[in-house]
Amino acid sequence: MSGVLLFAGVDVGSATTKAVLVDVEGRVVAHTVIPSGGKLAAAATVVLERVLGEARVTMENVAALVSTGYGRESVSGRTKAVTEITCHARGAHTLNPAVRSVIDIGGQDSKAIALDERGGVRRFEMNDKCAAGTGRFLEVMARTLQVGLDEIGPLALSAESPARISSTCTVFAESEVISLLAQDESIPSILAGLCTAIAQRVNSLAARVGMMPEVMMTGGVAKNVGVVRGLEQAVGLPLITPEEPQIVGALGAALIARDLGARRQDATA
Amino acid sequence: MSEKRVRIRSAEKMKEMMTLYYMTAKMAEQEKSPKIAWITSGGPVEILHAAGVIPIYPENHAAMCGTVRMADRLCGVAEDRGYSRDLCSYARSDIGSILSGESPIGGSPKPDFLVCCNNICGTVTKWYQALQRMFNVPLIFIDAPYQYEADRPEALAYMKAQLEEMIQTVGEITGKPIKPDTLTETLLRSEEAVQLWRDIQDLLRHRPAPMNSFDTFIHLAPIVTLRGTPECIDYYKELKAEMEERVRDGVAAVPGEQFRLGWDNLAIWYKVKFLADKFAEHHAALVVSTYTENFCYQAPDRREDDLLWTMAANYLGGYINHGLDYRERELTEMAENFHLDGFVMHSNRSCRAYSFGQYELAQSLERKRGIPTLMIEADQSDTRAWSDEQVATRIDAFMESLAARRVAV
Repeated sequence: MSGVLLFAGVDVGSATTKAVLVDVEGRVVAHTVIPSGGKLAAAATVVLERVLGEARVTMENVAALVSTGYGRESVSGRTKAVTEITCHARGAHTLNPAVRSVIDIGGQDSKAIALDERGGVRRFEMNDKCAAGTGRFLEVMARTLQVGLDEIGPLALSAESPARISSTCTVFAESEVISLLAQDESIPSILAGLCTAIAQRVNSLAARVGMMPEVMMTGGVAKNVGVVRGLEQAVGLPLITPEEPQIVGALGAALIARDLGARRQDATA
Repeated sequence: MSEKRVRIRSAEKMKEMMTLYYMTAKMAEQEKSPKIAWITSGGPVEILHAAGVIPIYPENHAAMCGTVRMADRLCGVAEDRGYSRDLCSYARSDIGSILSGESPIGGSPKPDFLVCCNNICGTVTKWYQALQRMFNVPLIFIDAPYQYEADRPEALAYMKAQLEEMIQTVGEITGKPIKPDTLTETLLRSEEAVQLWRDIQDLLRHRPAPMNSFDTFIHLAPIVTLRGTPECIDYYKELKAEMEERVRDGVAAVPGEQFRLGWDNLAIWYKVKFLADKFAEHHAALVVSTYTENFCYQAPDRREDDLLWTMAANYLGGYINHGLDYRERELTEMAENFHLDGFVMHSNRSCRAYSFGQYELAQSLERKRGIPTLMIEADQSDTRAWSDEQVATRIDAFMESLAARRVAV
């Protein structure tokens, strides 16, 4: 693959770090997701090595690199750092140009974005300081209930009716879950209740921004069918979930890198 | 950043003037003369100046506690005594300072009496009642009815009657009735200072703006505390001349100014520098704020022959004593007059009187004028409501979207 020109997007999130390589046409050549761990800079280096290895290329082939996410400033070799808001909007718009709204639920934050017809950001809202309405909330609950993260969605859908979880605070909700367990509430019902709680919490961000169809859901939590269904009910619109919801931010970053690379070539030409 | 931001020369003079003012008040506390009154930021201070009483502002003291990041600890002291964490952080940190004796300036000089006007919020009513119990001194309370639209005549008459009563009461407390001529002179000096402060803020309409809202937050101190005094006029004359010079020489508060933003709500005192640097990084200048504009309110129909009526109108008509329709109009005018690209709204945990309706205002600015808004969730002085990373990401994303809009046009 020597001589091929590629563009990289690296999304350093609080829970996972993602990398995407695109070619000059903007097609995805390779993508990788790894856990972020404690050292964001190290995670960025590892994810980049892996994605380059997967595409069997080296940094020599990368004409521009855009970093994004919580750790965007700790990515060495970046051409530019761009916020995840702009990157998610760009990624979602590229995957489906009809998308006008994005709901992203990541490990530590959730956001709602309204897009214009070019994929630009019109408005956005992010969660406040607490972890309610984020992937972290589900991780804590999965641990308490001793179920795998992947099992939450299918189990929640199997519930006859969701248990009522009144608090969206992670700490309070955890103690509510423990009392529900003590009352012999079924695990699927509790999980369904948790999915509803997170959906309602995130819907308040979505409502402030104003959701217009098509709505795409991105971020790791989009893999959880329980939350997706809960959000569809809360928002009142169907949600499009991409095949790889976790890499949408990194994809947007790679596409912005491609714009930057193209601009640079224009300048040198 | 290629060019550095230029310092404001007059700031030194302000520092001297404010130090002298505090020293004088400290002396008065020791000497037991002249009398000292604690007053709310929206209170009719001219009456105190005319009576020779030194005004002290617990809110200013609390803002200082916020700036030096002492507020968290002081709020904690008040919270330990049972004051709710949901209460205004100015009230909590100032009460905490009184209870613990800790303060960045060795404490405010003790009051001989208190003046509370509820034209800025309802919290001050209970706050000053607490102060009255702590110090066991008289409390003068001025009730400013909330204005939904234009100022109502009965509210104005009510306000004027209360001001007349205050003039009487202050005279009784000091033992020297306030002379009508002295009050008139003080009111005229106050008007002159307010006009100068208005003019200075209007100079920020110029591109590039000679001063930033982060500067006006700091230069607000004299107009709040000393309006009605000759020093206040001298100071703002000097600051105005400096800003006119900047406009003439094309000196920009934010070098390479590309974006112009408005600010809504109180300053975030412990993050003024962080925010100034962050917006400057994006070549964005904050050129107008509802916060500093609130302290230069002059009623549109001034009555030459009835300065007390005019005063009543001024103290009734401030921004946060008004409903949403009024606020929307004000914001829209600011956006037009100051050529704004966007509005930054500080959703302030402490100040509900100010923060309510911000989403409504943001939506109507966007819908009717196409002006985008950034919401920052924080608190005026309690750093526990702040997160560097979250705010930085919001600002970066907002500025990216403004830049993208510009490319698209």
